Amino acid sequence: MSVTVPRPKLNWRERLYLPAIVAGLAITFKHFKNMLLGRTKVTMQYPEQKWDSSLPDYYRGAPALVRDEDGRVRCVACQLCEFICPPRAIKIIPDEIPSNDRFAKVEKYPEEFDIDMIRCIFCGMCEEVCPEQAIFLRKDYAITGFTRAEMVHHKEKLLEIGGVMHGVVLKWNEKK
Amino acid sequence: MDSFLIITSLLKIVAILFLILSMVSYAVYAERRVSAFIQDRLGPNRVGPAGLFQPIADMFKLLLKEDFTPRNVNTFYYWLAPCLAVMPAIITIAVVPFGSTLFGVPMVIADVNVGILFVFAIASLGVYGIVLAGWASNSKYPFLGGIRSSSQMISYELSLGLAVIPIFLLVGNLRLTSVVRYQIEHGWFIAPFIGDWTNPWKWLLTIPMIISFIVFAIAIFAETNRLPFDLPEAEQELAGGYNTEYSSMKFALFFLGEYAAMITGSAIMVTLFFGGWHFPGIPDGSRGWVFGLINIAVFFAKVAALIFVFMWVRWTLPRFRYDQLMRLGWLFFFEIALVNIFIVAAILSLAH
Repeated sequence: MSVTVPRPKLNWRERLYLPAIVAGLAITFKHFKNMLLGRTKVTMQYPEQKWDSSLPDYYRGAPALVRDEDGRVRCVACQLCEFICPPRAIKIIPDEIPSNDRFAKVEKYPEEFDIDMIRCIFCGMCEEVCPEQAIFLRKDYAITGFTRAEMVHHKEKLLEIGGVMHGVVLKWNEKK
Repeated sequence: MDSFLIITSLLKIVAILFLILSMVSYAVYAERRVSAFIQDRLGPNRVGPAGLFQPIADMFKLLLKEDFTPRNVNTFYYWLAPCLAVMPAIITIAVVPFGSTLFGVPMVIADVNVGILFVFAIASLGVYGIVLAGWASNSKYPFLGGIRSSSQMISYELSLGLAVIPIFLLVGNLRLTSVVRYQIEHGWFIAPFIGDWTNPWKWLLTIPMIISFIVFAIAIFAETNRLPFDLPEAEQELAGGYNTEYSSMKFALFFLGEYAAMITGSAIMVTLFFGGWHFPGIPDGSRGWVFGLINIAVFFAKVAALIFVFMWVRWTLPRFRYDQLMRLGWLFFFEIALVNIFIVAAILSLAH
């Protein structure tokens, strides 16, 4: 069934259209004038002004490995994050810790820990699955590079982004 | 012809060409900034101070882009169209007086006695560039754009021509310099505050003059394909219209042509309705070269103000539907302009 939408009946002033056009021009000129006088502040000039200080605590930026207060790399190379990672961005090569090390009781350590930031989707599953509180999503978001190889974050880069994490559980200290 | 005339004419041609082309590139920049400001954005502000070198960067970008020619185009017309789009707009400026005199040289390239007829004759060639581009591209969207453009331009040229007749009824001469002279003596056509204040007929004539101005301005909007009437290049409907198949500098030439047409249209509007280079209280160039330069500056300031109006309107009004456009052109503006001529003629005959 077809429905005929009734058109509004316009009076002569509305049918002249000129008052409406003038009103529209007044509105756009108001916006132009406010912008010209610097009263409108909407745009953030990105590289000079950044949003960083306003990022929420739950912001998920680049994943990074952390050290604890003792300076130990917290990752034990269990490879859970490697298995859970949906885009398979993480690659870990585990190795044994030498027996004379202070933390020799710790199971393993990552010989290599690569995160391909081209693949990473910032889902945060690695952080969620980690039994050691070793990997966290930090607030870095401007991850750039000229080549694909540059976009792979190696262990050193990950530790640099991660830094030292305070207030994590130090369960391996009792076993030394 | 003496050599003095030839040399001064050549100098004027070079100067005006340079001025118009730089105005075009900065009109593009201004368009981007004005549109941004109207929409609460900032626009290009990175290249140079406040983004003022943006046109130079744009030019290099367009020159260095690949000049791609699709396989199925009609090559000759495909190449010809961008040139035809630019030429008429730039040629038209030749008869517009852009200043009084400078060192005794009149500041108009060619003071021909058929001034306004020359303007309409050349400006109507502008449609060929668009139609040829649409046809030679051998693609449906440019073709639709070309068809729309031809019908729109033919429709609005009528009201454009009829709208200026009242002015020439008053001036009695088709020369554009005489139009400016008349306005210096009797006041600008839309604001006659100079000359005989007590003559009621002169004030009565202002009403048809304002009607004439509105019709002329709207017709110029349609002729230059600016937004309320930009059906030939309706981006949302036609994927860019007649210039869809063009790239690199050929594409840029269409833009250059559009903005040059806008500048020329503003220049003609200034000459016909806003007193050309005249501003109350500023003498003409015979009193010294400084005043000659000021007159030129006044003219281009008026042109710039009108260009701003063009942009302002573009970023305010939505596009007309095609049937609305045709109805408006044929049923309203054509009749209004026609009746307007009779009103002016009646007032003139009663006044004498």
